[in-house]
Parts: sequence; structure tokens; C-alpha cells
Amino acid sequence: MAVTEARSLSDDPPAELQAELDEVWEDAPGLIGFFSSVDHKRIGMRYIYTAFAFFFVSGLTALVMRAQLATPNGNVVGPETYNELFTMHGTTMIFLFNTPVLAGFGNYLIPLQLGTRDMAFPRLNAFSYWIFLFSGLFMYSSYFFGRPPDGGWFAYVPLTGKTYTPGINMDFWGLGVIFVGVSTTVGAINFIVTIFKLRCPGMSLNRMPMFVWSMLVFSLMVIFAVPAVTLAAVLVELDRLFGTAFFNPAAGGSTLLYQHLFWFWGHPEVYILFVPATGMVSMIIPVFSRRPLSGYIWVATALVAVGFISFGVWVHHMFATGIPALALAFFSSVSLLITIPSGVQFFAWIATMWKGKVVLTTPMLFSIGFLLIFLLGGITGVMVAVLPFDWQVTDSYFVVAHFHYVLNGAVVFPIFGAIYYWMPKMTGRMLSERLGKISFWVMFIGFNVSFFPMHILGFLGMPRRVWTYGPGLGWDGLNLLSTIGGFAFGLGTGLTLVNFAWSRARGAPAGPDPWKADSLEWAISSPPPDYNFLAIPVVAGRHPLWEQQPLPTLESGDDEATRALGPSGAVARGTPVTSGIDSQPETTLTIPQETYVPLVLAIGLTAFFVGLIIDAALVGILGVGFAVLGVVWWTWRTDMDLA
Amino acid sequence: MTPRAVRRHRFVQVGLVLACLGAGACRRSSPSMLHPAGSEARRVAGLWWLMFGLAAGVYAIVGGFIVFAVVRGRRTEGGKPSRISDSAFVWWGGIIVPVIILMVLAVETVSATAALRKPDSRALKVEVVGKRWWWQVTYPGQGITTANEIHIPAGQPVEIGLDSDNVIHSFWVPQLAGKVDMIPGQHNVLRFTAGTPGTYKGACAEFCGLEHGLMRFVVIVDPPDGFGRWVARNQLTPAVDTEQASEGQIVFNRETCAGCHTIKGTQAQGKVGPDLTDFGSRTMIGAATVPNDPQHLQQWITDAQSIKRGVLMPPVPLSSRDAQAVVAYLESLR
Repeated sequence: MAVTEARSLSDDPPAELQAELDEVWEDAPGLIGFFSSVDHKRIGMRYIYTAFAFFFVSGLTALVMRAQLATPNGNVVGPETYNELFTMHGTTMIFLFNTPVLAGFGNYLIPLQLGTRDMAFPRLNAFSYWIFLFSGLFMYSSYFFGRPPDGGWFAYVPLTGKTYTPGINMDFWGLGVIFVGVSTTVGAINFIVTIFKLRCPGMSLNRMPMFVWSMLVFSLMVIFAVPAVTLAAVLVELDRLFGTAFFNPAAGGSTLLYQHLFWFWGHPEVYILFVPATGMVSMIIPVFSRRPLSGYIWVATALVAVGFISFGVWVHHMFATGIPALALAFFSSVSLLITIPSGVQFFAWIATMWKGKVVLTTPMLFSIGFLLIFLLGGITGVMVAVLPFDWQVTDSYFVVAHFHYVLNGAVVFPIFGAIYYWMPKMTGRMLSERLGKISFWVMFIGFNVSFFPMHILGFLGMPRRVWTYGPGLGWDGLNLLSTIGGFAFGLGTGLTLVNFAWSRARGAPAGPDPWKADSLEWAISSPPPDYNFLAIPVVAGRHPLWEQQPLPTLESGDDEATRALGPSGAVARGTPVTSGIDSQPETTLTIPQETYVPLVLAIGLTAFFVGLIIDAALVGILGVGFAVLGVVWWTWRTDMDLA
Repeated sequence: MTPRAVRRHRFVQVGLVLACLGAGACRRSSPSMLHPAGSEARRVAGLWWLMFGLAAGVYAIVGGFIVFAVVRGRRTEGGKPSRISDSAFVWWGGIIVPVIILMVLAVETVSATAALRKPDSRALKVEVVGKRWWWQVTYPGQGITTANEIHIPAGQPVEIGLDSDNVIHSFWVPQLAGKVDMIPGQHNVLRFTAGTPGTYKGACAEFCGLEHGLMRFVVIVDPPDGFGRWVARNQLTPAVDTEQASEGQIVFNRETCAGCHTIKGTQAQGKVGPDLTDFGSRTMIGAATVPNDPQHLQQWITDAQSIKRGVLMPPVPLSSRDAQAVVAYLESLR
């Protein structure tokens, strides 16, 4: 490997090379390119935009619910609509916002942070996005086919069985969950392979940016957890569509079996969402403390530990189901134990700020807000792990408060921080710091005003998922307060949306590295060129941009292992494959051309699910046929693409 | 009460007053788990105040660390060196102190869990079945069936059997005890002892479909002799004593009512809706949705949907005279 330390990676290549690169990397213009692109950056942006579209829709449904609960005996919506709203709110936020928005950031950032030119399976990546989009539209199309799902985002049987929910509304949920699981799973496989095989030379595992670590843990957890919820949903649908009796106690089935399957995914899922959010915070806090993350090994180990322990706590969602107390005591203890790795991360962040010089930019404000919110959410999390206390507060508003502190506060705040931090890289334009800070404070105050009173409502005996409540229970003022806070929070998120729109039009140019950050994505121009890195960088530490100026890059060699390292790799649409642990170049991966195959396959699968829901065997069979055709085309074309 | 229990009780009350001042929202009428009136709720409220103390301390100290860490190095170029090493932060803040706190909580968890919900041979047995969206209540030892209002004696352990023949419900009376789910195909039991006589609000805590929000009930804790009188009265067959009431009985049996409801000692033996044998003595109708008075009852009979959307009781088109007669009949059942 010939190492050069010539020019900065963010400089443009010479004109003739640029023409050649454009020819090789540029997507076709217009709609053709739009539907056929396999570029991880375009796909990542689509993920983020689509997920945020679902976020704002789902946020509005939450505001309708808060309006209904603002006063006792509220009249804004009736019980049917209310039940649909909270079902779709939870389903959307978990399946269609939180998971995919993190996948979007992962898609965009991981190849850049690893110093490579795309994901390991770019077509699979495109496929994963299309499936996400179509499954989301599939679930929301329920609004046009009669009624949306109304059995809760957790869809407990027997309520969601055919007897008690005869309409097709729960089928949209069940089939939608199976459908979106395909997207999450293939996305996770793609991340794992990319992280293990496409790191630039020198980036051994113990030098990976913490966000990459967090996405690795995210992906491994997805692979083990998602099959459980897919199975749960498949069994629900078999019961519903084909009359099996997995969950019918009268015919020898078990209702609790469903809850075990659902929460075996459901609790790890909480950490699936939370772990990448902490990864984002672990990137942002050191940059704005102007020093490396304290306890890198501790934090990485904590992430992996969370991944493991989170698979041993699912029964704490079932403390009131009458499972024997000895078994519950085990899950209670494990649930207490998971505090330790979170505490380790927490104090690593504190130490980083303590020893550094904190700069209060908007991304940093969101990270500090995250710390203050997650601290409370974590403490109430310990409380609900205490078995007898949980008997009282489970399914009360205390739990609603707790998980919004964790899933809204401790996940959405880092995601907003990430928007302010990484959007300049993605669009090439800064967001307004001033409006960003206003947005943060409105969100932070609104969030606490909205969700803190819910703890007290839980103590005062307000159960979850009630569409109304009577006067004179001491709940009125707190509910009104919570509604006011909710609207303020919504306004705060809207300010960031405005900020984004303003930034696209008028934002100051970001330049390659507006934050003086340490990781590789800041070494290239903003937005990055289609090929990411003209020459692959070679790193010698955890903070390449802080430690190695100018950043050394590699030249292309003559053999298969090193051919893709330099600019001739970029010209040939190649990227180096390196060894799993110490990142030595092994061979070259050719990045496929733009193609419609992923879209065809996704359309075929969509037709299959549509056929199931409208009970039209022909549509389903056609869909399967279409999908099979797509797979055949996909495999068929591979050799030609690579030639 | 032992002196320790008294001290704990005072501590609880002082804490509660503080919390209420903070929240500005507590009322005696709230079904608050921090105004406990039963053995389990009292133990859990104590556990809460212990955790609250720990949590407030942890939040203040760690929150202080965060704020101090943010401001500490801001004026210094490149940050301020510190004598505390990275691993000291992680070991003390992330591991050692949390482990100590968690061990305290683990011990409290195990001891509270072991002390609660213990079988007792003196326990009064009550069976509650979750329906959509009301509660069927039977006293197997006393031969009494009622609905939505559960009488239990103060000071005597109770054992509430919880079942469902439809979807999952959850039985929750915050001032008496924590939740236990009612799961089809599974028999669960909740055991506790009620302390102070009074009326305590309960609600379904597991989402159970359309009217989950209006699936409420009350538990009336009677003094021991009062409970004895209630049992004795409910074991009698109610007498129909006015002319309007006996006309109402005829209408009740002639119309669809008797197909769904049981009134002991009459030909009304339906099993679909609530048993109405002691209806006149109940305080609320529609699973604690509206007060039990003649106006609400008449509206309920002729068009229950207008009070509780989605209720499974169909509207009963009765002439005004018939409806009033049925109301008089039902209100006389006490």
C-alpha cells in the first residue's frame, strides 16, 4: 500500500478525472435516477425524510389525543377514533419513525465514517428503503379502506383476534408489522457486513467511531429480536385469516404466548432505538467538549452489554399477568442490572464534558437536554423494575411518562441533535443556530411540561389508553397542563422543520468540517461527492481528523487486494474489502450500477400483502410471481454488473 | 401500629403533603395509590417514598454533575485538567454507587414481594370476571352475585379470583392494591387486606376494546358488622312492594330484559348482562359511568348507547309508562 499525504480529501479532483467520475457514479437524471439509485447517501436521506414525514403525522395524532384529554368528558373524538389514534401513534413512532430514522442516519453516515464508498449491499439497501416506504403506506392506507387498526400498537390477543376485531383493520397492523420487519432485517444485515468488511485500512474495531459501534449493536439486536415479533404477527394473522388457534385458549391455545413473543422483541426494541441515540450523543459530546470521549472501551463494552442484557428483561412488561413471583423476581433483578451499562455511559459523557471545554451549540444543547431527560427516565426505569411498585404503576400514566422520557426524550432529542449536527454534511448548508436554540428550549420545556405531570397522574390512578375520564378525580389540571406542554413540544419540533426549510434555501455554506470534528465524514466536502472518497484514507487512531493532519490516503495497487484503494478504485466503482478485526485490505468490492431490481421486488412483495389484505388470491399470487421475477433478475444481473 | 409503622406512616403523610403542594392537584377524591387503604397499597406507597428519596438524591447529585461539567471548563482554552481520572468517573458514578443503590432496591423488592399476596385460610373469597365492559362479582361462600360494586369487610384478608371469558382485562384499585390481569384461560388471584372503611374507585387497566375507558367499578370497604348486614340482606330475595314496581316486573320479563339479566327469585335468568338482584342498592350504573338515579336509569334502559358508546346492551324501545315502571321495579331491588 502506497500511502500519500498529498491533498485534502475535500478538494475536487482535476477536471478530466472529475468527468470520468461523474460518468461512473452519477445517477441518471430525474425520475429514472430517483427510482433506480443505489447510492447510500440518497437512500439514507430518503429514510430520514420519510421517517420524519411519519413523525410529524404521528405527532399530530398525539396532539389530537391530548386535545381530547385536556378536559374531563372531552368531546373532541369518540372512543373508536381515540383507540385508532393511540394505536397508530405507537405503531408509527416505533416502526415507521424511530427505527427507520436511525437506519437512515446509519445508511448515510456509516460508509462515510468507515472511509468507504458505499454500503456492502447497495441494492439490498435500496430494497430495504422501498419496503419501509411501502409498508408504511400500506399501514396508512387503512384510513382509506374503512378503518385503521384500533387494537393497540402491542395488539394483544384475544382482543385483536377475529372474534373481537372482525374488520380488516388489525390485518393492516399484523401484515404491516411482518412487512416492515423485512426492511429492518435486511437493513441490519447490510450494516453488520458493512461494518465488519468495509472499514478503511487502519480502522481496527477499537478505532471505530462510537456511532458505528452503536449501529453494530443495533443491527445484531435487530437480527435476534425482530423474528420474535414477526412470528407473533404471523401467528395472529394465521389465527385471523386462516382460523388457526395459536392464541385461542378454548381450543388449547395460549394468550400469554403472544405476550412473550411480542415482548421478547419489544423490550430489546426499546434498546434498539436507544443504543444508536446514545451513539449519536457519544459523537456529539466529545466534539463540543473539544476532547476525545472518556472511557471509549467502557462505552463500547457498555453498548454490547446493553445488547445482551436487554434480551433478559422482557417479562417485566408482564409483571401483572399472574406469572409466579419467583420467576418475576428474576426478571426484576435483571431489569435492575441493565442500569449499570447505562450508568457507565452516562458517567463517561459527564467525564468528557468535565475535562473538556463545552461549546453550547445546538447539537450540544440537545445532547445536554438528553442527559437531563434520560437521567429521569432512567431513574423511573429502575422504579418500574421493582416488582411490587410495578404492580401499581404498570398500565398507568406513570408508565406513559416513563417511556416517553426514554423513547421521546432520550431518543428524539439525540435525533434532533443529530439533525443539527449532520444535516450540514448532508445538504452542504448550516441550519440556523439561533432558531435551533429556540427550537431546543421550546421542545425541552414543552416536553417536561407535557410528560412530567403524567407521573403524578399515574399515582392518582389514571389508567393508560382511556379515551376519557370523569371530573372530580384530581386529574383535570394535570391533564390540561400536559396538553399545553404537548402543543408546545409540537411547536418546538415545527421550528426545526422551519429551520430545515430555511437552511435548504438560505443556510450558510457548511464547508467540509464546520464543527472541527474528528471522524472521517468531515474529511470530505459537504455534501459529499457520489464516490465519497476519491482515495481511501488510512487511519492510525480513533480521531483521524484531530490526530492526522493532513489525512493520509492510499494509492491504487496492481493486485486485487489494493486495486480499489486509490482514485482508480473510485473510477472503477470499487471499494476495498478489509479483514474483519484489523482492517487489512483483502479484495475489491464492485459497487453495482443503478437498477430497478430492488423496486420491482418491493412492488411484488407489496402486491402480495395487498392480496392478503383484500383477500384476493390472484393479486397475491401475481405479487409473489413478480417478486420471484425480481429475485431472478437480481441474481441474473449480478455477473453482468460486475463485468 | 408499631412505632416504626407509625413513623413510616407520618413520613408518608408529610411526603404526600409536600408532593401535593408541588403538584397542586391532590384531592381526597383521587383514587391515589399514595392514599393507601389496603395492606398492599400501603406497603407499595412506603416503597415509593423510599425510592423517591433515593431518586431525588440521585437526580440532584448527577444533575449537579452535568451542570457543573458543562460550566467547569468553558472559560479555559482547551478545557480544564482534572485530577479525577476517566475510570474514576466510570467506576464510582457508573458502577459502584449504582450497585449499592440497586442492592438496596433488590432487597426491598424481594422482601416486599415475599410479604405481599400471601395465601390466608381466613380469607373471604370473591370471584370477579371481566366482561366487556363491566365486572361480574360473585361470593361463592355466600351465594351472592352482583356487578360493578364489590363489598368487602375491613380488616379481613380477601382473596379475589380474577378471570375473563372474553379479552384481557386488568383489575386495579389503586388505594387497595396493585394490578392483576384477568386473562382468558387462566385463573389469577389477588390477595390483600383492606384497612379503612370507605368507597374506593377502581378501573380496568388493560386495554380491552372500545369502552376500556368507561370500564370502572368501586370497592366498598364495610366495617365488619356492616359487611355482615350487607351479606344477610343480599341473601334474601327482594320483595316487590309497589304497584308500579310489580307492573315494571311484568314489563321486564315480557321485554328483552330478562333474556340477558338475572334477578334472583324471578323468571329473569339471563346470563349475558349483569345480575340485577341488588340493583337498587348500587350507587352507579354502566360500570360506574353515571349515578344510579331514575333519570339516568331510564335513559340507560331506552338508549344505553347515548351514555356509553359501544355498550353491548341494545336499546329497548319502551313506552314512557313502561320505562318508568321498569325503573321503579329496578330501583326497588335492594
